[in-house]
Amino acid sequence: MNEPVDVSGLDADHARLLYRGLVRLRRFEDRVYQLFLKGELPGTVHQYQGQEAVAVGVCDALEPGDWITSTHRPHGHALAKGVSMRGAMAELYGKATGCCGGKGGSMHLGDPDVGMVPAIAIVAGGVSIVSGMGLAFKLQGSGQVAACFFGEGATNEGAFHEGVNFAAVQRLPIVYVCENNLYGASTAYHLTTLVPDVVDRVAAYGIPAVSVDGMDVVAMREATAEARERAAGGGGPTLIEAKTYRFAGHSRGDARKYREREEEDAWRDLDPLTRLRDAVVSRDPSEAGRLDAVEAEVEAELEDAVTFARESPEPDAAEAFTGVYADAFPVPSMRGGIL
Amino acid sequence: MTGDQVGERRLSIGAAIREAIIEEMQRDERVFLIGEDIGIPGGFGGAFGVYLGLPEIFGRDRIIDTPISEKAIAGAAVGAAMMGMRPIPDLQYSDFVFECMDEIVNQAAKMRYMSGGRIRVPLVLRLPVGASNRGAQHGQSPESYFIHVPGLKVVCPSDAYHAKGIMKAAIRDDDPVLVFEHKLLYGSKGRESAGGLDLTAHVPEEEYVVPLGQAVVKRAGTDVTIVATHLVLYRCLAAAEILAEEGIECEVIDPLSLLPLDVETIYASVDRTGRLVIAHEDTLTGGWGAELAARVVGERFDSLRAPIVRIAGHDVPLPVAPALEEAVIPSIDRIADQVRALVAARR
Ligand SMILES: Cc1ncc(C[n+]2csc(CCOP(=O)(O)OP(=O)(O)O)c2C)c(N)n1
Repeated sequence: MNEPVDVSGLDADHARLLYRGLVRLRRFEDRVYQLFLKGELPGTVHQYQGQEAVAVGVCDALEPGDWITSTHRPHGHALAKGVSMRGAMAELYGKATGCCGGKGGSMHLGDPDVGMVPAIAIVAGGVSIVSGMGLAFKLQGSGQVAACFFGEGATNEGAFHEGVNFAAVQRLPIVYVCENNLYGASTAYHLTTLVPDVVDRVAAYGIPAVSVDGMDVVAMREATAEARERAAGGGGPTLIEAKTYRFAGHSRGDARKYREREEEDAWRDLDPLTRLRDAVVSRDPSEAGRLDAVEAEVEAELEDAVTFARESPEPDAAEAFTGVYADAFPVPSMRGGIL
Repeated sequence: MTGDQVGERRLSIGAAIREAIIEEMQRDERVFLIGEDIGIPGGFGGAFGVYLGLPEIFGRDRIIDTPISEKAIAGAAVGAAMMGMRPIPDLQYSDFVFECMDEIVNQAAKMRYMSGGRIRVPLVLRLPVGASNRGAQHGQSPESYFIHVPGLKVVCPSDAYHAKGIMKAAIRDDDPVLVFEHKLLYGSKGRESAGGLDLTAHVPEEEYVVPLGQAVVKRAGTDVTIVATHLVLYRCLAAAEILAEEGIECEVIDPLSLLPLDVETIYASVDRTGRLVIAHEDTLTGGWGAELAARVVGERFDSLRAPIVRIAGHDVPLPVAPALEEAVIPSIDRIADQVRALVAARR
């Protein structure tokens, strides 16, 4: 797991692009945490620090027409798939300009224009639905692929087993991305199953499953590219188990007392940002300045997103009653002067 | 008891429910907890901290942490209950109950009947409800789905005194009881949403049990009867304060249990006031208010001086933005306006 990131297959531009991706997710989340503590964001947040290499590596290997499903922890997936930082930040603020108009919020970030359905906050909820997305692509012969993100905790849900088995037997164009960060909320995965590696469970469904260093963005990218190619070529789904770690608590206010600090430190040493940066700079020391510039650009993008979100208007209350159905009929409770 | 007595032992609902569970686990060793993130050392004590401290008292054999597997949790609870245990399963948010509808609706609810009365399923499923800026999948109030299922009992405590008492009754009950609790009422955090009302209540030291099927008159009044649960109950009480200054006296009733439902207390009130408002956070269409309204019309038509008014969550999924969420669930202003309009339409 702590081998140097292998950048030999990447040109400098591509490496910088991946680095930008990682930095965008990290800075966004660090800022969100501060804003949350300041009371600027409603509701709750589940943060992605530590797992950036997974979202960035996977989405880099997808084609623009591909789709993803996400979870209660979607900020990283959203940014990596192309949801704008402004749209994501404004959504966290519950503003009208958010990517879901303020209706979705942190746990339901998404944007169909970039191939992301609203994140699904029901654990394993995406795993059954993604079968249908893959089925549609297959029936339409579109060559599109769906990537489905979920945590290791989700593999204990019935939906996971039903969904994967069905997609397997139908040879659907799906890439399952299991982010094994060792904990589902406070519960360590090994307490919940006698099979601690997700790849071993999935072997039973007859599809390829690979275990990948989820703190290595290049490894994640390569594994996804291979799985995507298989899926698009009619070879059926693949499961990628990304071994990773969330640096933050499960959700805001989690003091992480169920984990050892030594364990956290060991994983922090594998920080995906540092590892990519080190590999790039050791290949070409002159990259250091360019990566600094990338960081500065991300900082500016983030600043702009926060300003945009703060200055955006609240959604109009009437918006709460639109978009329930395709037809424009009033929701039943609005009839007959009930309001 | 109205649940509002002044006393020195004021508890939040969360603390009261914890006490009830502790007392019943001490009293009956068949009672055990099973669910996600409930007993992990250094963990959360359940999604809302209600079980904190319990593993230290009862050990992890009676506080069983599970995988994220609602079907397994509910199924295990039903099976254990059939074999003589008294499980308290926990699924974190009520929104996740849809993961195990089969175990609740097809199994727990029907075993007694299908067996000709020979099998019982004494389990208590706690289900936190209520909007709190978490959006469409973490804020629903699904209690009304379950009053549609013969064989289940459904309770909705809204204050600490009754929460403790009815939790104890539910644990002792020989049938499956679903206990819906409002997230914003657990501690004191929901105070603002409740119109600044104190959400703690006096809970006596001595043991007591509050039976299912008894409504509570929270405020006496002569002009209009309001039946409401959970956060909206507090908003109705806040509205009643405002309306009292305008000369409108509201009688506010907490049904406490929806199935069995204490219709007699409600009928008696409607007989006096002639007007009925039913308020809940759950969506309007097919909500429990519809069932109650139909009963009152069917059995107290002559007492009614005006049409029944239902004030409910609008028939939309819950939006996350505070500005939108507030437009969807009944506000103090909306309640006050509706009651004013009802009373103004003199008949
Ligand atoms: C069906 C369902 N059950 C329970 C929850 C509550 N819950 C939210 S996140 C979570 C832990 C999820 O763990 P994992 O799938 O490993 O993802 P991670 O949080 O590690 O990203 C739980 C139990 C939920 N959202 N949906």
